[in-house]
Amino acid sequence: MSTPAKEFSLAELMICAGAEAFRNDGEVLATGIGLIPRLAASLAMKTFNPDLMMTDSEAYLLSEPNPVGNRPDNFVQKNETWMGFSRIFDNVWSSKRHAMVGPTQIDQYGQANISALGGSYEQPKVQMLGVRGFPGNSISHANSFFVPGHNKRVFVAGECDMVASVGYNRERLPGGYSLDDVDLRLVITDLCVMDWQGPDHQLRLVSLHPGVSVQDVQENTGFDVYIPEQVAETVLPDEEQLRIIQQLDPHNLRASQLKGNPAGRR
Amino acid sequence: MDKRMTTADIVGELRDGMTIGIGGWGPRRKPMALVREILRSDLKDLTIVAYGGADVGMLCAAGKVKKVVFAFVSLDFIPLEPYFRQARQNGEIEVMEIDEGMMLLGLRAAAWGCPFIPTRIGLGTDVIKVNPELKVIDSPYDDKEWVAMPALKLDVSLLHVDRADERGVCQIRGADHYMDDWFARAADKTFVTCDELVDSDYFADPEESRYVFWERSATTGVSLMPGGAHPSSCAPLYGFDVPHFKEYSASAKAGGFAVYYDKYISNTTEEEYQKRVGGLEAIRSLPAPVY
Repeated sequence: MSTPAKEFSLAELMICAGAEAFRNDGEVLATGIGLIPRLAASLAMKTFNPDLMMTDSEAYLLSEPNPVGNRPDNFVQKNETWMGFSRIFDNVWSSKRHAMVGPTQIDQYGQANISALGGSYEQPKVQMLGVRGFPGNSISHANSFFVPGHNKRVFVAGECDMVASVGYNRERLPGGYSLDDVDLRLVITDLCVMDWQGPDHQLRLVSLHPGVSVQDVQENTGFDVYIPEQVAETVLPDEEQLRIIQQLDPHNLRASQLKGNPAGRR
Repeated sequence: MDKRMTTADIVGELRDGMTIGIGGWGPRRKPMALVREILRSDLKDLTIVAYGGADVGMLCAAGKVKKVVFAFVSLDFIPLEPYFRQARQNGEIEVMEIDEGMMLLGLRAAAWGCPFIPTRIGLGTDVIKVNPELKVIDSPYDDKEWVAMPALKLDVSLLHVDRADERGVCQIRGADHYMDDWFARAADKTFVTCDELVDSDYFADPEESRYVFWERSATTGVSLMPGGAHPSSCAPLYGFDVPHFKEYSASAKAGGFAVYYDKYISNTTEEEYQKRVGGLEAIRSLPAPVY
């Protein structure tokens, strides 16, 4: 029986909540973009889903997730196979992957944007990365979202300024596809956990982090969130999970991911 | 067979308006010595196809670019490339913005002589809307729509590799060769700079020839340019230059590209450039990043 942790940070709570996204995935490549998603996937691999696959974020598939940050000189990573960028696409297009990504904008359909904001397409107000791998990821395999600051600038009214990934939008659904062909999983924010299993794939509140209200979530989301009658509290970290997170992040880089490193109980 | 050239010879082969593929990925193994040689030239109206980093940013900042075909332009640890941002936000360049896997398919189509390769990528997204030249087609075999990713035919590709011989056998010893093999195959002419020039016998060892990813017939010219990827990395020989990229990035907010260009590139040879950034020894001792 696990021992509940007495104290934990919000980052650690989000890592544990994020790990749940990968619980029932079986043998797929788990890709967490950013430190907290990467630790979430790593924690899942080290605990309830050892069948997960992961890369070293460079060119090798690993049998054990690498700890983040600088590693000792004598550290030997547990390579399994070469997995360079071109081969990543072979994996992506075969659908055996689940990515957790942090978009700049997410809309009511689960469409997401990391490309550009505002202005016109010819002259955006803010140019960001570009669509990167979002179009291919979203049409090929499962995707979850990580949002460190839950607000209306991220969860936008209307549609994203540049729709980089496919979502549950009938208007944009390609010929021959149904909404069930899109596979959006969990949304982990600093306020709550959500999924896309409300009526007609509406964004649905799953659990609230300690000290957060339904009102907090709705007020910080630019569109209606489906609120079920019963909303649980997010499952809190246990001592074993915190011990594994400490091993995966020995330099405590997670403490610098959220502004002020807030406590998990607010 | 001797394909050796100088970087000036290589840039002499380029023409205004050409479509140029640039190998590498973000801040990694970019043919920066060739990019600098282009910056010093009067070339213009280029269409650049790249997994973009400072190569794209610098060429945009210097007014060399008409259009960028891209999925991202990023310096990795500095997520947003400052001069690419400026060029976009000023509306100075045309773009074809596609998924990074779509770019691979476009290069493969060009390499294989296909007009297009069908894919699901892009369906349901604005990639289709903002690129009217991307056709969505019906499959002759199922009831679904598919994107017909057109061939990205390149006039020239520019690459940087660890080692090459004078015949154009190129070796990449780093953990990843990115899409350089497809850039080489997708282009009419491919020019390569290398950190070391080796005898052909070097590749007799299967441990060495295992790291050659395209045939020499796909290499048009080779130029010895030790440290030629700087400030990008050429793993395992050297990592990317973090302080240099920080200074480059900061210049966009203080003085603009002219400040950077005057300090490091104007009136230089590559030898002089390397002196200004601390010398080849310093480049060769840049540590590999930890991910």
